[in-house]
Amino acid sequence: MKEEIIIAGFGGQGVLSMGKILAYSGVMQGQEVTWMPSYGPEMRGGTANVTVVLSDSRISSPILHAFDTAIILNQQSMDKFEPMVKPGGLLLYDPNGITRHPERDDINIYKIEAAEEASQMKSSKTFNMIVLGAYLKLKPVVEMDNVLKGLKKSLPERHHHLIPMNEKAIQRGTEIVQEVSVAGV
Amino acid sequence: MSELRLMKGNEAIAEAAIRCGTDGYFGYPITPQSEVMERLMELRPWESTGMVVLQAESEVASINMLYGGAGCGKRVMTSSSSPGISLMQEGLSYMAGAELPCLVVNVVRGGPGLGTIQPSQSDYFQSVKGGGHGDYKLIVLAPASVQEMADFVELSFDLAFKYRNPAMILSDGMIGQMMEKVELKPQQKRWTDEEVAQMHSWATTGKTADRDRNIITSVELDSEAHEQFNNRLQAKYREIEEHEVRFEEIDTDDADYLIVAYGSSARISSAAIEILREKGLKVGLLRPITLWPFPTSRLQELSGKLKGILSVEMSSGQMVEDIRLAVNGKVKVEHFGRYGGVVPSPDEVADALEQKLIGG
Repeated sequence: MKEEIIIAGFGGQGVLSMGKILAYSGVMQGQEVTWMPSYGPEMRGGTANVTVVLSDSRISSPILHAFDTAIILNQQSMDKFEPMVKPGGLLLYDPNGITRHPERDDINIYKIEAAEEASQMKSSKTFNMIVLGAYLKLKPVVEMDNVLKGLKKSLPERHHHLIPMNEKAIQRGTEIVQEVSVAGV
Repeated sequence: MSELRLMKGNEAIAEAAIRCGTDGYFGYPITPQSEVMERLMELRPWESTGMVVLQAESEVASINMLYGGAGCGKRVMTSSSSPGISLMQEGLSYMAGAELPCLVVNVVRGGPGLGTIQPSQSDYFQSVKGGGHGDYKLIVLAPASVQEMADFVELSFDLAFKYRNPAMILSDGMIGQMMEKVELKPQQKRWTDEEVAQMHSWATTGKTADRDRNIITSVELDSEAHEQFNNRLQAKYREIEEHEVRFEEIDTDDADYLIVAYGSSARISSAAIEILREKGLKVGLLRPITLWPFPTSRLQELSGKLKGILSVEMSSGQMVEDIRLAVNGKVKVEHFGRYGGVVPSPDEVADALEQKLIGG
């Protein structure tokens, strides 16, 4: 198994921490993992992205230009990363704020109304966990038990009381993810 | 069993420094390596091991604090990124001249000048050819993973003290910023003052009745004597070249073509090799772990059976010169690089090898 993922959106949406929780989940599952963030000026208010690789064997490059999965959370990231999904790969996006929807017919496209759902749950901070839940529903690359362990590992102890809420958000994400179009054969 | 954790390369440097019993860290913040000092400050080792962590007023101050600490026989280190490392070159030359052990970590960013904060490998020449003035060498280790960031801290100190010479970890923004699994070693004790005095007879630990004063200096105004001193340094460098070369080989046994790459570029190149092997091309990787001493002899050995060598670096071509010197015209050596903070993709590297060594 090797899964190469780009998660991209605005700084502050929890892109990097979502990647970290996914990477830690991989560690808990005994996988090899790399987590490579954008760390440039874009971190300060602009776009943020992180490349996560989960694999059963040694990972060569942590920086990639083609992905099995792109999780896209703003328009700039859609423009940049839609073309970089491998044919047959997965594009998962939140339509909130998206003005040009994905157009490719050789990839599987799903949407997750995570911003909307997070506001209904009255906790904007669960946004990224709703997205993570949607992703794990579509690609169960790590077992849910290990995701919860990963969540615990990557949150500082003082935030551990938030784990049940995050767990609920992940669960919600698995329920509300919607198919947009699947790759043509 | 030691612990398995997920962390950034920069954080691994900090954790490993504490655990291997470092006495002091002196630094000044600069992207992309600020997490080294940030993590040290969070861990507060002065309360556990007694390690000093100090934010100096500048990089020039940091390297001179290392000079003082190392002169006392202490395990001292600093970290910075390219522009900051340039500021330290005078101090490094003085430490090489005074034969002082220390560890300097360079998490390289794109230059020249203030440049960019993105990863680069354009400080190769500065690191392996001198950087400061005078005929001197640094022992230069190039980690290609977060685990090696951690492991090379102790290794650097071991080599630095074995040869009484400054050591450098030459990393870059990619290895510094990325997170991977890392296994940390258990906490080791710092050396006691008695141990330092016993192990390092040259250190300024306080004169005792049974020995002369120890003087730490790099000045020698008598030319003849200074030439003698330089000869001794050179003899030491030859000894390091003979004993301390480290490298890793992947798929070199049946290789027709060889990529030589270190650090981040080695990671990207090993993905390129997977692509090329799928096409039926026999390509291997030689990854220098020590950039100085360079794996010259191994390249000479391999060159006889190769059809071509590609040096892959995030620079406009620096290490390629050492490869050409090593193979001395026996085989074609080409360079591929992206620079200024641009990181090449595995596909680009694979295409470059085909174009430069095969198709053309």
